[in-house]
Amino acid sequence: MLRKVLFAAAAAMALSVGSAAVAPVSAATLRYANQGDLKSLDPYTLNETTTNAHLGNVYEGLTKRDKDLKIIPGLAESWEIVEPTRWRFHLRKGVKFANGEDFTADDVLFSADRVRAQGSNFQTRVPKDAKFVKVDDYTVDVVLATPNPILHYQWDTWYIMSKKWAEANNATQPTPASAATPSYASLNANGTGPFKIESHQPGVKTVFKPNPGWWGKPEHNLTEVIFTPINSDSTRVAALLSGEVDIIEPVPLQDIQRVNQSQNAQVLTGPELRTIFLGMDQSRDELLESNVKGKNPFKDKRVREAFYKAIDVEAIKSRVMRGLSTPSALMIAPELFALSKDFTRPKADPEAAKKLLAEAGYPNGFEVGMDCPTDRYVNDGPICQAVVGMLARVGVKVNLNAQPKAQYFAKVLKPNGYKTSFYLLGWTPGTLDSHNVLYDIMGCRDDATARGETNLGGYCNKQLDALTDKILVETDADKRNQMIKQAFQIGIDDYGYIPLHQQSLAWGVAKNVKVVQRADNQVLLYWIRKD
Amino acid sequence: MLAFILRRIFQSIVVLLCVGVIAFALFRLVGDPVNQIVSIDTPYEQRMQIRKELGLDDPAIVQFGRYLAKAARFDFGISYQFRQPVASLIGERMPATLELTFVAALFSLVIGIPMGVFTALRRRSFLSGVFMTVSLIGVSLPTFLIAILLRYIFSVQLGWLPSFGRGQVVQLGWWSTGLLTASGLKALILPSITLGLFQMTLIMRLVRAEMLEVLRTDYIKFARARGLSDRAVHFGHALKNTLVPVITIAGLQLGSIIAFALITEYVFQWPGMGALFLGAVQNVDIPVMAAYLLLVSFIFVVVNLVVDVLYAVVDPRLRANLQAA
Repeated sequence: MLRKVLFAAAAAMALSVGSAAVAPVSAATLRYANQGDLKSLDPYTLNETTTNAHLGNVYEGLTKRDKDLKIIPGLAESWEIVEPTRWRFHLRKGVKFANGEDFTADDVLFSADRVRAQGSNFQTRVPKDAKFVKVDDYTVDVVLATPNPILHYQWDTWYIMSKKWAEANNATQPTPASAATPSYASLNANGTGPFKIESHQPGVKTVFKPNPGWWGKPEHNLTEVIFTPINSDSTRVAALLSGEVDIIEPVPLQDIQRVNQSQNAQVLTGPELRTIFLGMDQSRDELLESNVKGKNPFKDKRVREAFYKAIDVEAIKSRVMRGLSTPSALMIAPELFALSKDFTRPKADPEAAKKLLAEAGYPNGFEVGMDCPTDRYVNDGPICQAVVGMLARVGVKVNLNAQPKAQYFAKVLKPNGYKTSFYLLGWTPGTLDSHNVLYDIMGCRDDATARGETNLGGYCNKQLDALTDKILVETDADKRNQMIKQAFQIGIDDYGYIPLHQQSLAWGVAKNVKVVQRADNQVLLYWIRKD
Repeated sequence: MLAFILRRIFQSIVVLLCVGVIAFALFRLVGDPVNQIVSIDTPYEQRMQIRKELGLDDPAIVQFGRYLAKAARFDFGISYQFRQPVASLIGERMPATLELTFVAALFSLVIGIPMGVFTALRRRSFLSGVFMTVSLIGVSLPTFLIAILLRYIFSVQLGWLPSFGRGQVVQLGWWSTGLLTASGLKALILPSITLGLFQMTLIMRLVRAEMLEVLRTDYIKFARARGLSDRAVHFGHALKNTLVPVITIAGLQLGSIIAFALITEYVFQWPGMGALFLGAVQNVDIPVMAAYLLLVSFIFVVVNLVVDVLYAVVDPRLRANLQAA
């Protein structure tokens, strides 16, 4: 008897402790954890997915993107191209900033200046020479130097700020990293969006509340959102499994099964827009890290083709990515290019690769160094290790230099002189358009313009560049797509790059929460419902 | 005594300067901060502009000199990541770290000393065997593993304790405390056990060894011969004399608990200085790294000083030595 009573008491205690530990929150409080911090609330400080997503709940652009990434009206109700170099934007009326001020054309003009100012990381959102002209309080004309059919493609994340608020708080300029005084706009936000920020402690916690004065009709049913950055993978997963948070991003690949087997959460996966690829130094006359002296093997197309054929992306998908990747034939995600299904990736063929190497004069292969980040993309380090193994089978000895992203990017990017021979990189075109890839990644490097600036291997084909320039100004969608297809085909025929795959999104979501997973990996609160 | 303290303060300044020089020499190897400040598709000119503005192209010694000149006026600069003053960032995070380390240190002393005494007095009892085994585990398992284990049991499986964060905090002036709310106290349990376990086992083993030593000395035998109670002998005479080395170790360990709380903070997403520092390393946030390193070395220096002074209080022989010196 006594034992029974004791047991009951212990059980009751355990229960009471248990129920108290999971804090009693009302149904519509959403707790969300991300690997990344929300560092600054200034919408022009850092152009990075997580930051843009967070601020997209609070601020809005002239355009928005819907659940399928299609461009829809935002703060601009409609727009038209009056003449090829003059766009007219009709602004939404009756929109108020969170502090109650009216949104007008002055705010657009102000934001256009601020986003292009020193210290902004979004300077390329608006062409340097574009002039913004106020026609009336709710009409703005944008006058361009040259026609630009994709002018507004990135404007969903060019957030409009209030002129009066910025002036009143001495925040008319974005705060550069070298500033000597802290910035008001990095701790406070005043947008027109569906949420406002109640409190923000950088790197610790941010609380969002719905903005009652929002112009749209809310799809969400939330009354509060508590965001916490949780850097450690295992902690993030534990927090989801124990019911302390409702959404986590990302779920590490190795924990997906565990989350799906749990009672209270599941993992939403889907293809991400980022393309992971390998690049080869084709510009130097002798590779920096190789035993081949006096010449650069990657200048020989047969060597690049051999590398392409030696790498088995299907094996990487099944062995390294646990099935969660989409092998890619193109340097852009299929979602972003209408004609992408015209391309298929040839199967791996190590025998052909060996033959090609022999023809190129390397029957016994050669040695080359490879640079690889270890904390930037999903399983980036293991992918590189797999590549090393696959190339070893055709006789190429790869000396892998896997390092944290801070060191990796310091080594391989332009400021350090592109010091790499063979590397892995991931790229999402900021404009969600092929031109960005063709210009920035596949264009010939050119110091006078920004062309090819992230073309770390210096692949170059002038024909492709000529097409890229035409693509920029072509306003007929079909013609434009045909030209993009042609340009990509040139890159493929040259074996300029080795595209690997699109990695997968993996969001951990509690079973009573419904989210919209957009392929650009933005967790947007205004589509979330919680039962 | 005063001369002694002055001498130590002078030594401390030298230590701080050395730490600063070494830190600034190492910052070059951490990576290029500009990559973390801007997105990857940022044009080259902008990157170079930022490098110039931040003075990253100057030699390490020039950068250090510039930093020192500012730090002397308690201006620790602006964090690259957050665009907020480093001093206020660290100030915001410090209460979290200090509370965690204080509770962990308390836990290790309150549990460690009695366990040490017990295992010394009842060497052959079964419970002593259990304590010794547990302490072996505590010494040999790495912190993060203990953390993951504890969290798996108590938050994921049982759901009793939170798996991350500080719970609800109360603001007392600039100090934020989790000691006044139920959720705050609960959030403290797992991290402080994780952080304090190693120290606890260390203290337990130390107390046990010292105690066994002292119990064999003549004055304990005489005390027994005088017919003093066991209690008076064990706690009044033996334990008191074991405390000198315990104070040294516990004191020195306090410094390292504060400095190495960063692993525990990382695993439990504890919003303290250590987590801030780790984030700064990942993002090459030099102003935060520099300030944290200086602060930690300062804490070490202060703790050492206090330990030295406490020595003198506990052990009269040392007091005499100090005066002679």
